[in-house]
Amino acid sequence: MKVSKKDMENVAVLSRLSIPEAEAAQYTSQLDAFLAYVENLKSVPTDSVKPTTYALPVQNVFREDVVKPSLEREAALANAPLREDGYFKVPRILEE
Amino acid sequence: MKLYDQPAHVLHDMLVNKEITATELTQAVLARMDAVEDEVGAYLTQTRDTALQQAAQTDAKIARGEAIAFLEGIPGALKDNICTKGVKTTCASKILEHFVPPYNAAVVEKLQAANPVLLGKTNMDEFAMGGSTENSAYHPTHNPWNTECVPGGSSGGSAAAVAAGMAIWALGSDTGGSIRQPASFCGVVGMKPTYGRVSRYGLVAYASSLDQIGPLTRDVTDCAHLLNVIAGHDAMDSTSSAAAVPDYTKALVQDVKGLKIGLPKEYFVKGMDADVEKAIRTAIEQFRVLGAEIIDISLPHTEYAISTYYLIAPAEAATNLERYDGVSYGERIDGVDIMEMMTNTRTQKFGAEVKRRIMIGNYALSAGYYDAYYLKALKVRTLIQQDYAKAFETVDVIVAPTAPTPAFKIGSMISDPLQMYLQDVCTVPLNLAGLPGISVPCGYSNQHMPIGLQIIGKPLAEETLLRTAYTYEQSQSFHKEMAVLGGKQA
Repeated sequence: MKVSKKDMENVAVLSRLSIPEAEAAQYTSQLDAFLAYVENLKSVPTDSVKPTTYALPVQNVFREDVVKPSLEREAALANAPLREDGYFKVPRILEE
Repeated sequence: MKLYDQPAHVLHDMLVNKEITATELTQAVLARMDAVEDEVGAYLTQTRDTALQQAAQTDAKIARGEAIAFLEGIPGALKDNICTKGVKTTCASKILEHFVPPYNAAVVEKLQAANPVLLGKTNMDEFAMGGSTENSAYHPTHNPWNTECVPGGSSGGSAAAVAAGMAIWALGSDTGGSIRQPASFCGVVGMKPTYGRVSRYGLVAYASSLDQIGPLTRDVTDCAHLLNVIAGHDAMDSTSSAAAVPDYTKALVQDVKGLKIGLPKEYFVKGMDADVEKAIRTAIEQFRVLGAEIIDISLPHTEYAISTYYLIAPAEAATNLERYDGVSYGERIDGVDIMEMMTNTRTQKFGAEVKRRIMIGNYALSAGYYDAYYLKALKVRTLIQQDYAKAFETVDVIVAPTAPTPAFKIGSMISDPLQMYLQDVCTVPLNLAGLPGISVPCGYSNQHMPIGLQIIGKPLAEETLLRTAYTYEQSQSFHKEMAVLGGKQA
């Protein structure tokens, strides 16, 4: 196996996911099988190839900087899990 | 004649000629939903009350002698990743279980200007990640042609609704085949337009450089009409194309004489179903009879398309899905601090396939692996695009299967994600290259499951695709056969 359980757990932390112990082996082996599959790309010579991020050649789309109406605060907050005084409310961020 | 079995263009004429009312039509489709939705499970949300109000408005307009637009009074459905103001939009995920968008997607605004009847939101793989609609967090959708089989995915609810007479038309989204493959599995027409042809504003993002909204319809004529409504530039989507929108119905001409059709040998893959290959080869012979020239071509980097797609799409998804953090919308599971709250929320509310793809994406983007995986995939993407550009120097369109097999049994592939990914071999290369593609019914397997023919075009060549598809469709009758469901008949 190329991918260890620790690798899988590291990428879970980056993803803000917690993989329970009972599922760890499965997620690890699936990630490993996937990475083994995509190894075939290594055989493609790409030294002189430029990467493509968007299929169509669209670049630098400009517009005039004019003020337009945007979503009302009440509508923007309507789906908030928790709110207070017109703000989104979250649990503690800083250590006490 | 059953009203729910008819294409929109026939129903439009009947409305104009006052042979039926929009209310009768809507009631016929709602009755069909009562009869077969339990077997199919195409919908996540139904908007029956507003549907009947919309129908009544159309009837009042017709009674006043006013002209009606093509879609006016015709019932349709939207995939549940297209934002609808005031109507729940869940993406078939538990994390958006109670999400009610405060705005409409650009396509919904455009549709509403055409006054259709909207029946509701259709089932899908969670966040459009999958090819079977089994990854819905709510329930699977069943194929109307055989309810033991999947409808394909991720737009499986939209395809099944159109195939079962529970919607006359529907919109889906296609990131790696999610319109075309379910269209193929359900025996309907599905088009992925050129990247940028239709605004993505208000389409919940999966992989932003690949996502595109498109129509699922009974026939090619309806596809052209629906594309007329949704295509066009949108200032809210800076990747949308500024190219002028033609009247796509003008392309509904029966003529492929002299059309150069490329046949890519790499799309006839090992493990391809024999019935699919036979149906596609028969369709190609039909094109020859109709006067087209068939030219063997090669797209040599096709074998790398799955790897390329399954690195790029999850990398973009990992980034796009960072927004589901329990802060500004969506569900929240509490924790002692913000980090634990975010982790609890995402762990409990995302399904297994979404977690897998987020982790693949973050792995491919992480320090030390970025060049080997993500950047490498972007470079191979260039080569895949160049293959097509070279082929289109000698051919007008490319014809291939939409999927290597007909619809498979529910549960038969769900435990093997990699096997499921291989299903996408004929569809993902188009998304990587930004090209338009259409799937049209071209026959059946020996189990009488539908098979789709895929026609691939140059960027913004939707008119050529529609002409080619229309000419083929009109030369046979596959599009006229509807799925027969075993349940109560409406």
